[in-house]
Amino acid sequence: MFRSLLFIPGNNPSMIQNADIFMADGIIFDLEDAVSISEKNNARNLIKHYLDNSSVLPKQVVLRVNSFGSEWFIKDLEILKTKKVNYLLVPKLDYESLNTISSFLSDFEEKEKLEETKIIALVETAKGITEMSLFAQNNRLMGVLLGAEDLTNDLEIKRTETSLEIFYARSQVIYFCRANNLIAIDTPYTDINNIDGLKTDCKYAYGLGMKAKAAIHPNQLEIINDIFSPTKEEIEWAKAIIKLSEENPEKGAFQYRGKMIDKPIIERAKKIIQKAEIFNLL
Amino acid sequence: MINGVGRYIPDNLKPFISSDNYQGIPRKQIPKKTKVENTQFVENISTIFELINIKSNMTLSFHHHLRNGDKVIQIVAEEIKNRNLLNMHIAPSSIFPSYTNLVDLIKNKNITNIHTNYLNGEVAKIISQGYLDGELIMNTHGGRAVVIESGELPIDVAFIACPVVDKNGNGHGAIGKSACGTLGYAISDLEYAKRVVLVTDTIVENLEEYQIDGKFVDYVVKIDSIGDSSGIVSGTTEVTKDPIGLKIAKDCANLLDYLGLIKNDFSMQTGAGKTSLAVVKFVNDLMVKKGIVGSFASGGITKAYVDMLESNLFKSLYDVQCFDLDAVLSYAKNKNHLAMSASEYGNPYEDNPICERLDFVILGATEIDLDFNVNVTTDSLGNLIGGSGGHADIAHGADVTIIISPLVKSRIPIIKEKVMTVTTPGSDVDILITERGIAINPRRVDLRQKLKNSNYPIFEINELLEMTHKITGVPRKIETDDKIIGYVQYRDGTFLDCLRKVKDEY
Repeated sequence: MFRSLLFIPGNNPSMIQNADIFMADGIIFDLEDAVSISEKNNARNLIKHYLDNSSVLPKQVVLRVNSFGSEWFIKDLEILKTKKVNYLLVPKLDYESLNTISSFLSDFEEKEKLEETKIIALVETAKGITEMSLFAQNNRLMGVLLGAEDLTNDLEIKRTETSLEIFYARSQVIYFCRANNLIAIDTPYTDINNIDGLKTDCKYAYGLGMKAKAAIHPNQLEIINDIFSPTKEEIEWAKAIIKLSEENPEKGAFQYRGKMIDKPIIERAKKIIQKAEIFNLL
Repeated sequence: MINGVGRYIPDNLKPFISSDNYQGIPRKQIPKKTKVENTQFVENISTIFELINIKSNMTLSFHHHLRNGDKVIQIVAEEIKNRNLLNMHIAPSSIFPSYTNLVDLIKNKNITNIHTNYLNGEVAKIISQGYLDGELIMNTHGGRAVVIESGELPIDVAFIACPVVDKNGNGHGAIGKSACGTLGYAISDLEYAKRVVLVTDTIVENLEEYQIDGKFVDYVVKIDSIGDSSGIVSGTTEVTKDPIGLKIAKDCANLLDYLGLIKNDFSMQTGAGKTSLAVVKFVNDLMVKKGIVGSFASGGITKAYVDMLESNLFKSLYDVQCFDLDAVLSYAKNKNHLAMSASEYGNPYEDNPICERLDFVILGATEIDLDFNVNVTTDSLGNLIGGSGGHADIAHGADVTIIISPLVKSRIPIIKEKVMTVTTPGSDVDILITERGIAINPRRVDLRQKLKNSNYPIFEINELLEMTHKITGVPRKIETDDKIIGYVQYRDGTFLDCLRKVKDEY
């Protein structure tokens, strides 16, 4: 579970060395878009060496590999041998590529005696969005990250401050993830210096149902974590609900502050407390 | 003998005992200069050398307010070279990378002894290599005032670059084509040098307000240009964008708030580095959010503090040197932007100097050791790269002294078992804030108690050292040459450490 995932370019040694100190719940070590072709090998070596040798690693490690079919994809998978990668973030994923990659990974893992690696689907094409419902058959999937920049390129439309152009895509990701118990991760906000814009974007995405957001700069993390965390009021409310439900185990429903509380509400309260525990908010 | 920070000091020098040892020792002051004749206006530096009979073995002093834009020290150095004067002792308050023509004079033994508070660039490099024939004495800003007023550093001639001078010999720094702001480092030189020469490029009829009092001035020399005022900019006017620096700065501001130090009428000082400027920004934000008005900020003043003064977040600024042109303009126009001399700033023998009125200071470090001793004078190999400036003055004076630094700089761990050079004694350093954790000096039981139940990642400093070594490995021990090239002198006039020649293979 996470609220924030920070992209760190695979060719930036000082950022990699300090990956564990930022406030991100997970770090995405990026071998794809942030790394130029001439740097691909160096970046891969750097990340592999770091994961093999560093005594201080981020809470969760995500590796963004190059797209399946590129000349680097198979080499990128070598990093899985470090056994430090929690999730593979695979770009431009659609139904066909997800299945092909899964099958390829199974062979690779068997050969290398590795445990199954879970996948976060980076959905950033119209094809990926429309085929998402088919992803549910794949057991490796643990979440979907919406890639709005590439998606709007694919759609040949402009990204705007209102983000109305990605409303459908955001909704698709949110509903698909919710229905399949996966984490819906929102696209990064790319205007690094616009703090107010970031806040608005986070609140909007959170309000729609996104459960986490990717960041492209450490300065974005505090705001993302703040908005994607349960509030103090929510935590207090959840504690009270759980306490009442434990005090009244025989009752299917009861009242709290004039409102009816039943099983779905109690479940929601439990989720809030679970999140608060994970994110050290209690 | 071994001094109070465990360093060897030759027996003929007064060893550092403790940072408050000066208390109870009476202030020693030679009589201030008395002028015997009217200020003379002359056409060039060469004439001054004739009139004063400047000759070999004399001591000449300078200030550094024009920083990298200064031409005065270079013009005087050229005159020393032309006249082939030997064994000169110079006492600039700092030496900047642009002062390149001192290099040959040092190598040729025209200049053989130096007192300064900070040095960087080519001059620092050749002195590190052992080219200075005599000794380098590194003072603090307050300590320089002490050795001048006590007569320990007798100055034969003070050359004071002064952006504007009037017909009475009064001078001001904040106006004129080479405006550089306050002239705080020149005041002790003005008052105690045997001869005072103002070097200017602008003469006006009468100055109503002035910082340089003409009653101490023997000569005024008008030259074409004393320097380029744009060169006074410290090089750092923007808040850091480095995520590590920003994290440290944010943690620092939050810690200050947690400790209750951001409160009405508080006072602060920071360095002018990019991370320090980030701390100022975050403190600014906290003050706005909480509706807090501070008493004063002090030190080298930057635009960030000028903005806070103009936003009424501080009631006044005490400024010993302007770090950028916004500060120069502010000093010229804002009556609450006040000049202070180096003595008023950091002289321990002053009554209530500004440094002792500070609630907290935020400082940098090149190295810090397990005893919290800080080095800002040399790098880890022993090369001279800076100096105390006001570091040791305000570290002692402030109620809480905080060092901010990443644990690793250019793959070199900042925490050492022993620093290469002690610039500021660890007894005056309270907190170290790094990107991976915070260490509190065991002497500050009060701060440890306050932070005991906080969520801050508090470690012992040796734990931070171990954490660093896990990342970088354990660096090999650096050896220095046996030759002593100079000394670090503490603000009370005692000696903190020796400076040694860097080994040839480094």
